[in-house]
This record gives sequence, structure tokens and C-alpha cells, in this order.
Amino acid sequence: MATRMKPVDVVLVGFGWTASIIAQELTEEGLQVLALERGADRATVPDFATTHIQDELKYAVRGGLFQAPVRETMSFRNTSDQVALPMRRLGSFRPGAGVGGAGVHWNGQTWRFLPDDFVMRSHVEERYGADFVPEDVTIQDWGVTYDELEPYYDRFEYLCGVSGKAGNLGGRTQAEGNPFEGARSREYPLPPLERSAGSLMFDKAARELGYHPFAAPAANASRPYKNPLGVQMGQCTYCGFCEWFGCGNYSKASPQTTILPVLLKKDNFSYRTGCDVTQVVLDNTGRKAKGVLYYDLEGREYEQPAQLVILCAYAQHNVHLLLLSGIGQPYDPVSDTGVTGRNYAYQITSSVDAFVDELINPYMGAGALGQAIDEFNGDNFDHGPEGFMGGGYIALWTTGGRPILQHRLPKGTPQWGSKWKKAMAENYLRSVSISTHGSVVSQRGAYLDLDPTYKDIYGKPLLRLTFDFHDNDLRMSDFLTGKAEGIAKAMKPRSINVKKRTGPYTIVPYQTTHNTGGAVMGDDPRTSVVNRYLQCWDVPNVFVVGACTFPQNHGYNPTGTVGALAFWAADAIRHQYLKRPGPLVQA
Amino acid sequence: MDTPPSFGHAFSALLPAGQDRRQASTAGPTLNEIALSRRRFITASLAGSVLFALQGCGANAAPATVTRTFFSADEQRFIEAATARLIPGDSADPGALEAGVPRFIDLQLSGPFGRADRWYRQGPWSQGTEQQGYQLEETPAELYRKAIAAIDAYCREQHEGKSYAELPEAQQDQILHDLEDGKLTVKDVPVKAFFTLLLQNTQEGFLADPMYGGNRDFAGWNLIGFPGPRYNYVKEVRQYGQPYSLPTVGLQGRRDTGART
Repeated sequence: MATRMKPVDVVLVGFGWTASIIAQELTEEGLQVLALERGADRATVPDFATTHIQDELKYAVRGGLFQAPVRETMSFRNTSDQVALPMRRLGSFRPGAGVGGAGVHWNGQTWRFLPDDFVMRSHVEERYGADFVPEDVTIQDWGVTYDELEPYYDRFEYLCGVSGKAGNLGGRTQAEGNPFEGARSREYPLPPLERSAGSLMFDKAARELGYHPFAAPAANASRPYKNPLGVQMGQCTYCGFCEWFGCGNYSKASPQTTILPVLLKKDNFSYRTGCDVTQVVLDNTGRKAKGVLYYDLEGREYEQPAQLVILCAYAQHNVHLLLLSGIGQPYDPVSDTGVTGRNYAYQITSSVDAFVDELINPYMGAGALGQAIDEFNGDNFDHGPEGFMGGGYIALWTTGGRPILQHRLPKGTPQWGSKWKKAMAENYLRSVSISTHGSVVSQRGAYLDLDPTYKDIYGKPLLRLTFDFHDNDLRMSDFLTGKAEGIAKAMKPRSINVKKRTGPYTIVPYQTTHNTGGAVMGDDPRTSVVNRYLQCWDVPNVFVVGACTFPQNHGYNPTGTVGALAFWAADAIRHQYLKRPGPLVQA
Repeated sequence: MDTPPSFGHAFSALLPAGQDRRQASTAGPTLNEIALSRRRFITASLAGSVLFALQGCGANAAPATVTRTFFSADEQRFIEAATARLIPGDSADPGALEAGVPRFIDLQLSGPFGRADRWYRQGPWSQGTEQQGYQLEETPAELYRKAIAAIDAYCREQHEGKSYAELPEAQQDQILHDLEDGKLTVKDVPVKAFFTLLLQNTQEGFLADPMYGGNRDFAGWNLIGFPGPRYNYVKEVRQYGQPYSLPTVGLQGRRDTGART
């Protein structure tokens, strides 16, 4: 029997980026807000101190800050006719656990999606015709536009102290910025980071080919910065330990470095760690949530009553909770009906390594120190002759030179022995990598549901992931990889190693923690779980925030958009829902 | 063959199973604090003193010979021979053996990694497709134990009673190639998966911070030119094409990390 806890106004599931933003906003309204976090408590001091955080083995290889599959995992298969097996250890993606969520261990690559991305279905059909979209592709418009989200992107970027150079200020193209981006209302809060040796080589080669390279937007502070909440960040020192690590220098934006110093002081906010939420509890009408059920680390069960339940966990975790709670009709790929679990998507990445004569010193880096081009993202180029949709950016990142996972060897180098050793000595300081970061369409065969066999530690069915890359995306990725190869060759290296992404999708090697969909937003309750304000169509006092609401995945890292949507949803709750609780959009 | 040390390894003596879960509640120390205590333990064990007590070594045991927490003597000989082929070296140009990689692997297999503490290990067990990843029931420690015995048995059968470590280097290399290529198979023992893990752990031991017992005297980092986890390159990041001049440093500084017993 679950112990009943003292009711609160708002309960947040998870305590990462989105929960921190929502909590900061809703506590301003005087609401009593509680966050339930499955992982441990974490703070810059002592958890991320540079005396111990720069430990590649512990954090990057063994995954010290990530979700542990022993407590929570999912099963996986490529296609519906296979038997899904559990992801026994992390591979392709690495969700975070603990206060701050994946916002602690990300790189800080903070992009906006393109204006056309938010209306992908209607834009593609208008420009190329309805026949251009394959029958099994289920892309759709977001229900919110870039212009509507622009002020919220701006708020997230100023919260984080993003370093960059605008390419489009109010419709006017700016030199050195990304000329393809949507119009910004103002410049980035900080100037770009210093360039690395590699990013200068990329910049030169890309310009020679007629492209428009720019400094990628970075939530690594290029200067000391005080954000609008009054929280002070320190200048990045280019130590090269961002991704998979916490920042010990208060330079990488995370909930800890931007919001928590203010939020944790508020009397009307509290949080509990080591709490695994397993269900949203509905009343007998099924149209109203009463609160959530969770377990503590001793396995004791609690009921936490709340007026408003907001799911702020990692993308698939939110979808898992919706399925376990019976919110939204589960998606059926055969009849193409139902919504919960529909339109799971991912991203498709590839790279071209270049082995150069110049000394690169790759270990002097930062998670979002990079130079990029956007000529082949979104619909920035004519897709007619190519016959596929989507695109991605091409960039040379200098995230660091951690020896175990970030060394590069020329094509054909043996995996071990004296030749391996010699190649390590010759190439570690003299190689760079150009990566492509491609979109993934949503499709009927890619979805999330409950596994019929495998259970978690509470005896609940695991989430089951069915996914493979669509032919559209493999062809798109080959196209991008070819363009990256062109830039690599223009750098005049000793040799290159082209690492194409081939199908089928595999859960094993790390690719990217940019999982999206399963609880997508939209204008139509038949094809979306939440409305344009991220409010559940079926249960109006439940909101779902995060990348699970993306209708498909576009060619950029998602955190900028996740942050913008969190501010957007918080605004809708503050200024619309609280005045008149109920559906914000009539179906 | 001698008796391998039991699976009741050193760490579990200090941290009973399930400790992480209890300690991660809001009242207790954080996971990071536990991890820190583990590290302190590793450091202590490297210094030798705690290790003796846990292994039940008598007062007469010579410190220089106590270097194992997981491997038996036979297993140790296999690991020394195999890692020396994976990353060959000598005193002038250190490889896996000179860098202490066997020591690193031994400690890793004794700890949470060897026990697969973080992995999902509920059945049913099924091989699945390559895309579905690792589906073996064995923990890393169990896989090492099983596979080393199987490979040594194979060597003795094929090579007049000689174990892997007793074979000439060229034959040792050939066996590793055959494992890597899936040409050498043993019934019910996933030796190819073992090879993959051994290679991964060998490279980890060569390139991880010396406090884990490998990368002795920064052998791996010096080979490639990594100066260690330094903190501040604000000035140097703009000195394009210039070599970095300060000496290599580890998380425990530049002193000898005591990885040797």
C-alpha cells in the first residue's frame, strides 16, 4: 500500500533541464512545486570538482553519470517481426540520471531548428508535391512556429550564456554568422569561443569551396557571464572534458550553473532524489490526474497527490510513463492508429577523419567549440534532384582529446600490435574529424510500446523500441558524408577515413543521445499526444515536456529546442492554464 | 593450476551488494561520494596494506609478489602474455606489460565493472541479432575466467601441453588473430566476445589515468602526446602549431602513483 504524501500544487517527474525551467517559472506564481528525481543529488562542488571529474575511464567509458540499465532500460529490435531484447548496457545513446539530468553531461551545442522545420510536412508538400513524401513517412507540422518560439529560444540562450555569432538579426544577414538561420531578435549573449587549430582548417577549406562557415553556438561561456537570474558563470578554460562530465568551472550551462542557485532557495520548491516514478494516477473518469506513484530506493511505494503533473524525464522515459499510466491510445503501426509511442525518431550521424601534417593539440577543446556549415541542412538546398527529405549540419568540433575514446587512426590500421601502437604515436596530435549531424524522418515502423516479456526491477514491462533508419535518411546521410569528404579533402590532409553510416541501425556503438518522439505535439488529437502547449489532449492537467514531443527529428542537437519548448509551455501554464484550468486548445 | 581467488572480491568486502541503492537516498552520501571512497580504496590497495588483509595474506607474504585481486597465477600469465602482444613494448618503449595493464585489468575485474553492476541482467537470455548488442549471461569477470581457461586448454591440446603464455610470440599473435576473426571457436565459450573485451580493457589500461593501475609512468599518454587532465588552456589554445610544454600530469599529480606493489 502506497504511503500518501502531503499534496502539492505541481509535481515534476525528473529534475533536469526542463524540470528546472518549469519549476523556476511556476514557483514565480507562488505555486508549491516538487520535483521527483530518480538519480542522485549532484552539485558542482563537490561532485564535478576538477580534482576528480576529468576521469575518462570513470565517466566517459564506464558512464558514471548515466542511467544504469540495471535499474532502467528498454528492449530493442529493428523491425516488428523480430523479438526485442533488452539493452543490457548503454551503447547508441546515454541518458543521464541525477539532479541536472543529461544537462550535466552534455556538450553544450545549443542550436535552433529552422523555420521550415516546424512546418516540415506542409513545406515539403508545397515545394516538392505531396508525392515527394513516401507513404510510410509520418512527418507532420509541429503546431507551433519558429516565430512563436523565437522569444523562448532567446530566453534559453540568455539563461545559458550561449557563445556565438548571429547570422540573421531581424531578417538582416550578418557576416561571420549562419546565414541560413531563422531571424533572431538580438545577438547571442556572448561572443564565440576561441577557435581551435582544427576549426580554423575547416573554416579555410569550407570558404574555398564557397560555403559560409560560422562558429557553432556553444553553451560554454567564452567570457564570464551573469545570466538574467543573477547567476554567475565562469570563463571556459578549454580543458576538453565537457561531454560525459560535469563542468567544475561553472562554464558549461547546466541546471546547476544557471537555475538551481536561485530555485533551491525558494520556500515553495522542494525535490527528492532516488525516486522512481512508475505511474501517473488518474481518477475514475480517466480525464484527470490525481498525482503520481513512486518508489524510493528501499522499494517503498508512495503516492504524491498534485493538481498538475508535468513529465520532465528523458524522452523515452516520459513515453514509458504515459504507456504505463494509460494516457493516450497506444500506437498501432498496423492500422496506423493511436498516438502514444508514435513517431519515435533519432538522428543519423557520420564522420570523415582527416590526418594532417599540422600539430593540432586536440585536448585543448570545449564541448561546443566548433566551426560548421548549414548549406545542407533542412530545406536550405533543392531536394528535388536528390529525392530525399531533410539534411544536417557539417562541423568540425574540437570537444577534447581524451585518449581512450577520442583517438583517430588512419584507414586500414590494425586494431592492435606494433602497427597500432605506431599509428597511435603518429596520429593522436595530428588528426581531426568532420562530423555530419542529420535529421531522421518519423515513419510507421519506428515506435515505442510496452515489451511483452522483459520487466524492470518493479516488475513493470520495459519500454520496447522498434527502429531502423529509413532509406530516406541513409541516402540523405550519404549525401552529407560526401559533402564532408569534400571539405576534408580541401584541407589537404595526408589521408582521410570516411565513416559512412550504414543500416541497419544498431544499439551498440555510441551515436547520439538525441532520441525524439513518442509523445508528439500537434494540432490534431488523432496524430499527437499533446497540443501545441505540450498539454495532454486526454488529461488536461498533465503536461509532457522534452524531445519526446518532437514530431520528427531535424538536423541539429535538440537541447536548444527542448529549452525553448519548456519556457513556451511554462508561459502557457502561467498565463493561460492557471487562470482557467482545462484544455488550452479545443480538439 | 592453482585455485583462483574467490569471487568475493576486495570491493564487496567494503561495499556489500546493494550499498549503492541504500546510500543514494537523500539522507546518505551521494553515488559520487561512494565512488570517491572506492577510489580511495583503490589507492589504498595499490599501496598494498588493505589488500593483504582482504586477501588473507599472511605476514610472511612478500609485498612484491602480491599484485592480484582477481586473477589466478595461470590467468595472470595468460593476461601478461596476451596484453604484451596487443600492445608490445620494451623498457625503452613501454607497452601494455611495462605500463601495468595486467594490474589494471585485475583491479577492474574485481570491481563494479567486473561484476556488471550497472547492466540489466534479467532473463530470458537469447543471442539476438548483432544490432541488439551484448546478450551474454556472463559478467566480464566470468567471461575472462571462462575464456582464459578455454583458450589455455585449446593451446595445451594443440601445442604439446603448452599454455598460451608458453608459446612463441608468433603463435600467440596467430591465436589472437584467430580469436579476433572468429576462426578460433570453443563450444559454449564466447571467445570472440572475450577478445573484444580484452582488447578494450587493454587499451583502457594503457590510456586511463595511472591511478587505476595501468598507464604506469604515463607510458600511454607519453606515447601519443596527451599531457593529462590539465585544467586551463586559455592561453595555449591560440598558440597554433606550438607543442605544449608543461610535463604530463595525472589526477593524482606527477608523483609516482604507486601503481606497483
